Amino acid sequence: MKTLEEINKIREQKRKELDLRVNLKAGTKEKHILVCRGTGCTSSKSPKIIENFKNILKEKNVENVRVIQTGCFGLCAKGPIVIIRPEDTFYAMVTPDDCEEIINTHIIEGKKVERLLCKDVDGTLVDRLDELNFYKKQERIALKNCGVIDPENIDEYIAFDGYKALEKVLTSMTPDEVIQEVTDSGLRGRGGAGFPTGKKWMFAKMAKGDQKYVVCNADEGDPGAFMDRSILEGDPHCIIEAMMIAGYAIGANKGYIYVRAEYPIAVQRFQKAIEQAKEYGILGTNIFGTDFEFDLAIRLGAGAFVCGEETALLESIEGRRGQPRLKPPFPANAGLWQKPTLINNVETYANITKIILNGAKWYSSIGTETSKGTKVFALGGNVVNIGLVEVPMGTTLREIVFDIGGGIPDGKEFKAAQTGGPSGGCIPAEHLDTPIDYESLSAIGSMMGSGGLIVMDNTKCMVNLAKFYLGFTVDESCGKCTPCRIGTQRMLEILERITEGNGETEDISKLEKLAHTIKNASVCGLGQTAPNPVLSTLKYFKDEYVAHIEDKKCPAGECKALANVEINPELCKGCGICKRQCPVNAISGEVKQPHKINPEICIKCGACVDKCPFKAISK
Amino acid sequence: MIKINIDGRELEVKENITVLQAARVANIDIPTLCFLKEINAAGDCRMCVVEIEGRRGLVPSCNTMVEDGMVIRTNTPQINETRKIILDLILSSHNRTCLTCVRNGNCELQTLAQKFGMAEIEYPGQEVEPHIDDLSPSIVRDASKCIMCKRCVAMCKNIQKVSAIDVAGRGFKSHISTANEASLNDVNCTNCGQCIQACPTGALREKETIDDVWLKLKDPDSYVVVQTAPAVRVALGEEFGMKIGTNVTGKMVSALKRLGFDKVFDTNTGADITIMEEAHEFIERIKENDVLPMITSCSPGWIKYIEMNYPELLPHLSTCKSPHQMFGALVKTYFAKKEKIDPKKIYMVSVMPCVAKKFESQRPEMKNEGLRDVDNVITTRELARMIKQAGIEFADLEDAQFDDPMGEATGAAAIFGTTGGVMEAALRTAQDVLTGQDLPKIEFEAVRGGNGIKRATVNIAGKDLKVVAASGLANAQKIMEEIKSGKADYQFVEIMACPGGCIMGGGQPIKSSKTRREVDVRKLRADALYSIDEKSTIRKSHENPAVKKIYEEFLEEPGSYRAHKLLHTHYKERDKYKID
Amino acid sequence: MEDNKCQCECGCNGRDEFLDKLCEKYEPIKDNLIQMLNEIQEHYGYIPMKAQKVLSEYLNVAMAEVYGVITFYSRFTLKPKGKYNIAICLGTACFVKGSEKLLDTAKEALKIKEGETTEDGKFSLEATRCIGACGLAPVFTVNDEVYGKATPELMKKVIEEYRNKE
Repeated sequence: MKTLEEINKIREQKRKELDLRVNLKAGTKEKHILVCRGTGCTSSKSPKIIENFKNILKEKNVENVRVIQTGCFGLCAKGPIVIIRPEDTFYAMVTPDDCEEIINTHIIEGKKVERLLCKDVDGTLVDRLDELNFYKKQERIALKNCGVIDPENIDEYIAFDGYKALEKVLTSMTPDEVIQEVTDSGLRGRGGAGFPTGKKWMFAKMAKGDQKYVVCNADEGDPGAFMDRSILEGDPHCIIEAMMIAGYAIGANKGYIYVRAEYPIAVQRFQKAIEQAKEYGILGTNIFGTDFEFDLAIRLGAGAFVCGEETALLESIEGRRGQPRLKPPFPANAGLWQKPTLINNVETYANITKIILNGAKWYSSIGTETSKGTKVFALGGNVVNIGLVEVPMGTTLREIVFDIGGGIPDGKEFKAAQTGGPSGGCIPAEHLDTPIDYESLSAIGSMMGSGGLIVMDNTKCMVNLAKFYLGFTVDESCGKCTPCRIGTQRMLEILERITEGNGETEDISKLEKLAHTIKNASVCGLGQTAPNPVLSTLKYFKDEYVAHIEDKKCPAGECKALANVEINPELCKGCGICKRQCPVNAISGEVKQPHKINPEICIKCGACVDKCPFKAISK
Repeated sequence: MIKINIDGRELEVKENITVLQAARVANIDIPTLCFLKEINAAGDCRMCVVEIEGRRGLVPSCNTMVEDGMVIRTNTPQINETRKIILDLILSSHNRTCLTCVRNGNCELQTLAQKFGMAEIEYPGQEVEPHIDDLSPSIVRDASKCIMCKRCVAMCKNIQKVSAIDVAGRGFKSHISTANEASLNDVNCTNCGQCIQACPTGALREKETIDDVWLKLKDPDSYVVVQTAPAVRVALGEEFGMKIGTNVTGKMVSALKRLGFDKVFDTNTGADITIMEEAHEFIERIKENDVLPMITSCSPGWIKYIEMNYPELLPHLSTCKSPHQMFGALVKTYFAKKEKIDPKKIYMVSVMPCVAKKFESQRPEMKNEGLRDVDNVITTRELARMIKQAGIEFADLEDAQFDDPMGEATGAAAIFGTTGGVMEAALRTAQDVLTGQDLPKIEFEAVRGGNGIKRATVNIAGKDLKVVAASGLANAQKIMEEIKSGKADYQFVEIMACPGGCIMGGGQPIKSSKTRREVDVRKLRADALYSIDEKSTIRKSHENPAVKKIYEEFLEEPGSYRAHKLLHTHYKERDKYKID
Repeated sequence: MEDNKCQCECGCNGRDEFLDKLCEKYEPIKDNLIQMLNEIQEHYGYIPMKAQKVLSEYLNVAMAEVYGVITFYSRFTLKPKGKYNIAICLGTACFVKGSEKLLDTAKEALKIKEGETTEDGKFSLEATRCIGACGLAPVFTVNDEVYGKATPELMKKVIEEYRNKE
């Protein structure tokens, strides 16, 4: 148990100690080697890197250097990432074997390890993080602490204003004032639909009930989105603090966070954070000497996208199949165990402490007229800088894809970007200059969604992409209502038919008609948005559908059934790379002789096309 | 009252009703599929969607409550197209072998398809794989006919609290399943058959056994005896287009005779004997300070339920067999002896409102000297099918009488078919036996009516008795929990597995959701039984001359050695699941 | 309970230490079903029938409902996975980078479909949603080992390696 005074003391001390994390000119002898322990970098062996650093430092008796694990830095494509502070040197794609050299050259000799420095898109070597184009247009609010602090150390969180917002709220604000502040900030739900957060809090506060709950939706299901996960992994305490503030505002003393079990690191860090907060008396009773009390527990999801829908999530917490409930009543009035319940998404909560500390005015000065603040996107697909980016609302897609994302790799062209995952739509090049906010994305047939942003180059077939998303929806539909259960299956079957060359002219109008029915008649958001990938690709890439149906051709060359994979004997040098790539051993040929594909065996996957160094294979 | 507007018409309706109900007030019949009054209003099928001003998308009318000033549209072109596509989608994955389906002509999906003129399937595609489970002696499941309305699940899980079936899988592959896809026969199913009553299509049906009856009827060496339960006679007429609650006893007997049964007896006589035995057992229990409350045992779904779920309460069960089993046992002993017929040649058929009786008749205990008490149980629906197959113009038949010597029955026996009836019949006899008088009090109103649980204190021979009649297994569960926790101070408990009693049994004519929405089927059928009782000259079981004669000539007295051997049984704890 | 008695001859007499402890850890309320299933899945690698029976009894939830919950969530499986479980990420980021080809390759090499286990119990194959390593797309995992920026060639090589392993 710590008193408020003790916590403030920790803050003061630690802040000084950690000044080098955020201050390039920190006058200290110490150096901190920060190693990303987000899921991406952990997958590529960053725990081993940490271990090596520590061992080598010990062996060499190097003093004043600490190795710190942090959350995601954002530039996942360059992982594992190591940053040395205070000088802010950014080392990319570090392997465990590089540790010794970094210590010898950088720490001991004081020189940069040039070969590990990051090359920017234009080819220039960049030695400081903030010089990378990737970071220049970003503004980190939700991700403020990610990559700065050790997420498993509550003191580091406290050092950077942690639990200060909670203190402010508990000691100097009424619940109504808190809600007013959130309302004035203009913050809207970051889970996708963009409902005004302050309003949601107000409904939950006004609902009558002896027991109320605060829930955090961390069931990040969009395949290709990892914003929420990164926040939980990099800054778990900021979610705990925000949930407590929400609890105070609406009159709840119990919270649940619903996390995907597929996020083991996030779960483990959050669990640790809860334990630490309890140890410090931050979670518990008489918090900061007030009569406010709050308890928090984790509930694991078990692999069902639909549980991201708030009422399905509640069903799942209660131990049942995650099938959505009827609305109304809304969770604010009848949620968990039929008690008033506030549900917000991780990223929404991640903005709360900053709004409380810096004020609604500050927050609402960022963004556009209708969409305030920033949005975190998981940038992926055919883009150079795959990773996590946080930009002010109103930033254009072009800025994200080209300035931050570094454009399309391998000299290919931008074809479309997809936002909103299986609920969203495709945005073609003509809309690249659309400033991103809730309204503008809806207007062009997509949606903000939770923040997945997948870039596609000109080799991607849009019909195939629509099929991919429909396949996802069919897999993930809970099966409760007819339009979603059978309708999405039928849409998928039509798309399969089209991509296999069996499409018929009326399939397009059939798809459209069915899509509108599913949108209008489905029970929950999953069904209501499931047709969006089809409708948006039909809107912008109808010619591709027509080509598949009428000409039996896939213009992008991606649809296997419509492809004819051939090796041009004049270009083939007989190197054999294609033979090794082929998953079904359909390619034969002598070394240095033109190779051949056996069409009987070939499954037209195109693996050989991608890998042929002489571009001798065509689809 | 609040004001609403439906399809441009202003109207005043009650508060707390659904849009579906309000539309009915305006003479608009909104199509439904997954809706079943008081059982399921999940709004899953989306057939009943309407437009409500100010609400996003289309809204299901079955579970949306009306609000003052609400503007509702029920038949715009968009709604119509949506309903048609929904129907198309359901049909596209449905096994459309309608001509060979048991529900042909009484299928809610078929009715809607006709209504919407579904000429062809616009969105054909993968269909549900046929998977037939016919291992249960009572119920057959055919997954390919299932439209995922989940009415059966709501019935089994919420109304009966049995949960033998539930939704499994996800999305297009979601389906109704038992635990681990096991047969109904290997799980905690009680065979009550309420799921059949809930099913709008042919996905659930009784296990039909009329072929065996036809064979025996043709076999010159077999002496085929039939008995009919009280609830059958007030429902059978419905299968021939008669009004719900029509008493067709005379025509039914006439039809059975025409079908060629050698004897047509009345299970009601068996019911009177049951009362003799049960009242006797009850009085004994009170006198001997034996286990109380005593619980009735004539509902086989209930018996399987208590064996699986409350084995510790089995000593509370009356040891009496159910009326038709008692009757079967007497036919093969008393009657056979009297008429000098080789009991081995007797083929005993019971026509029951119940599918659990099919299971009951096959229980190993239900036999005597190696012969089954009852050889075949067919349901009301199966009997109707036999009559139709035989080309009998049921409505035009003359009335006929049950055969002697076992065809006489009392009003007390007739009301066995409804919840509270067994209790009332038993009380009539108990009070006379206890006082040694012929008391004028006949009707026990407190245990009548459609409530799931009816508690009453009745004064019998100067003593206050606490009694309760419960129907539906969720209600039974409540009473059992009361007994288990020691909170109950009842002396006598009547339980029927089916909500409303046998008249609403799993073997009765199936009424569509629309009918069940508009009329109280239970009440109409129950009223018919009470009317039979009222019109009976003899209304107390112990006054039945046929029964008296059987005791004089054969059984000696209630609870005698012979009565025990033939008319009583025992129960055993039963595993709920036989799956590994 | 009688019906939980197992038929094996190992002398465990139907008691399972893990399940006993699990029941001690959680209160017997229905809400805990998914949490307990998660632990069971983690421990056994699937949800054995005996565990389903214990849960049904302990939480007073019908087995049909337990089965309904298990089959709703894709993390729960009713059959044990292979010794080496190959999981190919079919999240959007990996899909766009060609993870379908990895799946094709693995199917061909192992002669099984997704969701299946090889006859010798050595390999099982599954297609998963985003595992969060989008920076390394396309990605597949073998048990806990992550293989990033994968190609069909790598897949073939890795399968060969595990095939030769015990």
